[in-house]
Amino acid sequence: MADRITLRVTRYRPESDTEPAAREYEIPLRKEWSVLDGLNHIKDHLDGTLSYRWSCRMGVCGSCGMTVDGEPKLTCATFLSDHAPGPVRVEPLSNFPVVRDLVVDIGDFMRKLPRVKPWLIRSEQEAPAEGEYPQLPAERAEYEQFSMCINCMLCYAACPVYALDQEFLGPAAIALAQRYNLDSRDRGASERMDVLSEAEGIWACTFVGECSAVCPKDVDPAGSIQRYKFTAAMESLKTLLLPRGMR
Amino acid sequence: MRGMTLSHDVLIVGGGGAGVRAAIAVAEDDPRLSVAIVSKVYPMRSHTVSAEGGAAGVIRSDDSLDEHAYDTVSGGEWLCAQDAVEAFVKEAPEELLRLEHWGCPWSREPDGRVAVRPFGGMKKMRTWFAADKTGFHLLHTLFQTSLRYERIARYDEWYVTKLLVDDGRVAGVVAIELMSGRIEAITAKAVILCTGGCGQVYPFTTNAAIKTGDGMGLAYRAGAPLKDMEFVQYHPTGLPFTGILITEAARAEGGWLINKDGHRYLQDYDLGTPSPKPVLRSMELGPRDRLSQAFVKEVEKGRTVDTPYGPVVHLDLRHLGEKVIDARLPFVRELCRSYENIDPVRELIPVRPVVHYMMGGIHTDIHGATPLPGLFAAGEAACVSVNGANRLGSNSLPELLVFGARAGRAAASFASGAQGAGTTARPAVRALVEDERRRLERDLLHRDDGKEPISAIREEMRATMEESTGIYRSGSALAKAADRLGVLQERFRSARLEDRSRTFNTELVAALELSFMLDVAESIVHCALLREESRGAHQRVDFPARDDHRFLANSLIYRDADGARRVEYPPVTITRWPPGERVYGR
Repeated sequence: MADRITLRVTRYRPESDTEPAAREYEIPLRKEWSVLDGLNHIKDHLDGTLSYRWSCRMGVCGSCGMTVDGEPKLTCATFLSDHAPGPVRVEPLSNFPVVRDLVVDIGDFMRKLPRVKPWLIRSEQEAPAEGEYPQLPAERAEYEQFSMCINCMLCYAACPVYALDQEFLGPAAIALAQRYNLDSRDRGASERMDVLSEAEGIWACTFVGECSAVCPKDVDPAGSIQRYKFTAAMESLKTLLLPRGMR
Repeated sequence: MRGMTLSHDVLIVGGGGAGVRAAIAVAEDDPRLSVAIVSKVYPMRSHTVSAEGGAAGVIRSDDSLDEHAYDTVSGGEWLCAQDAVEAFVKEAPEELLRLEHWGCPWSREPDGRVAVRPFGGMKKMRTWFAADKTGFHLLHTLFQTSLRYERIARYDEWYVTKLLVDDGRVAGVVAIELMSGRIEAITAKAVILCTGGCGQVYPFTTNAAIKTGDGMGLAYRAGAPLKDMEFVQYHPTGLPFTGILITEAARAEGGWLINKDGHRYLQDYDLGTPSPKPVLRSMELGPRDRLSQAFVKEVEKGRTVDTPYGPVVHLDLRHLGEKVIDARLPFVRELCRSYENIDPVRELIPVRPVVHYMMGGIHTDIHGATPLPGLFAAGEAACVSVNGANRLGSNSLPELLVFGARAGRAAASFASGAQGAGTTARPAVRALVEDERRRLERDLLHRDDGKEPISAIREEMRATMEESTGIYRSGSALAKAADRLGVLQERFRSARLEDRSRTFNTELVAALELSFMLDVAESIVHCALLREESRGAHQRVDFPARDDHRFLANSLIYRDADGARRVEYPPVTITRWPPGERVYGR
């Protein structure tokens, strides 16, 4: 293994640059180093002006999503040695406005989150003193996978529908709605149906499956969307076929 | 007028577990109050997300609040405020149940009840968990629940640089919106600091990059005292190089710590005798301070394994089997595979002690109030204290819930009562804001003649802390460190900043963070130098015994307006548990 590697990093500062441009940095190649370690080496030793987000460096805070050699990745969980001999292209996530360098604006997602009501809905809140709502391990397993989303935005960067239509709720938001819909303690599925069933909800998804392919936490948003399409279709059928009292 | 338009009744700095819990408490307490969270990261990025093992709260019929309190007080080597501990153990189960009602996916028993697991230093099974991603689920549940309160305003990715203090009380903050670079005052009748700890003052830490002691620095500079800063927790099991945490739950599920000879060495340090199954308050389920100290002794005996990233011992989970590991410790397996290229089902995990948690922090009473009127604090940033000289694993998550909620209610009451009355837009406040704006724009953004990059100063600060204020300390090393930190403060004033951009200037943020860290590091070293005894996580080789006569007292460090430091020692609050011997494994 060579002991140096080049990172080709997209730079963009809106005050001075008309458009993004790549800049190359040569850094040490160490077998333990993630792409994020490489960026930190650049910032600390080569160029203090490079901007990017990061925090936990253990794949759980969701801050450090970027495009590495064309793929949306968590840079803290992507290793330089897997991209040797380089150069390794590091670009901002696709499908989001670029704020600066490798920092993108995820405000759109943050505004969509409350629309799917990602909280437990009950007809009435019992006092904690009454004890826990029972939930069998099998019931917990029903939604566990969809509760693992870290909001890293890789699925939005990979989604061809979101690329064309920013109104699309998108994979993570829909998976989160399903996380609560499938929770045995929740009674709010009907409240979430309107937003999920509108044109920019689940029906916009063409089931390319890229979201699930890039998800670093195996949440499978595509699966959640397909499953909800079936639920929604059944509800529509019931509305058409059954008398009101039996829906 | 520019800069004076943003205003709230209660402003919370920090969007981790304590901050979001406090915001919900304010919103529920008084619907007329305006409440906001200002955070340098989106709330769900906060470091609460990295907590793994669990959250303690008495729920089983064989357990009692007194036992949880005694474990906590003895675990903290009698430096805990016992009135705070009593409130804490009483309210913890209710807070954890509230989280359950908000949707937290707690792991379950076969009959559908919430499951509990053993944890270090705890005599009964009382640690609730969501597999080994408890903090992640707790934070996301809190944040998502907070979204139903439309009245909780948020300033996401704003960095607070200064607390505004006028006429002896807090009047708000000055903050930078990172995306635009604009500098604004956000005025408030009450401010709650929930900014977490400061592990980043050390080179090797489980703490995320954002854990830079900002809130501790803000409070200290505003004249509020920091408490028990010398008590820094080393977690016994971090991965070498990265410092990534391998949760104590790995030992609670039955993992063993072994040295290079395959020997379960904790039996040599008065921590009990080995048995195949885990025994509560014994061996691998001893407290973190004692386990980390045992590691150092093993290094001295030459019984550890050398690696490029320092000596290690091994955590052995192989006998647990794949099924248990996947069900109870899936994140441990994922982390080991990603960052060490090993599979704990078949291989030993290399581990070494790593800086994990600050027992100390901003001094508060049991309502989260600091001595500075209008200023509150909760979570790791604060020191109530329920943790004393050594925190027990799984007490920090319930702490941030119990005291986040308490601080929220107390701040709401302060803001809506007579104390909150009066304007926060006085001319003196406007002058403070303009001073801070000048400092940021002229001194930092337009600094042309800097000498060295901030990373050089940061690295030297971290090395200084590791050498002087690690698991074992000495007066001579601490005195030297105090001098070096003074020099680093000087060098910081002439550091070089290259980035002139207003847009998402992370170099400017890093410089401001370093400045807070230098202040916090000085407070740690200073208090460690003055505490001439050994207690919990503070071990002095030159004063190896506990000294209840002189130091059954909390350290309160103040920085006066002229920059001078002073330390006071008010006696520890003791209600029902007189100081005694800490006994583990016998």
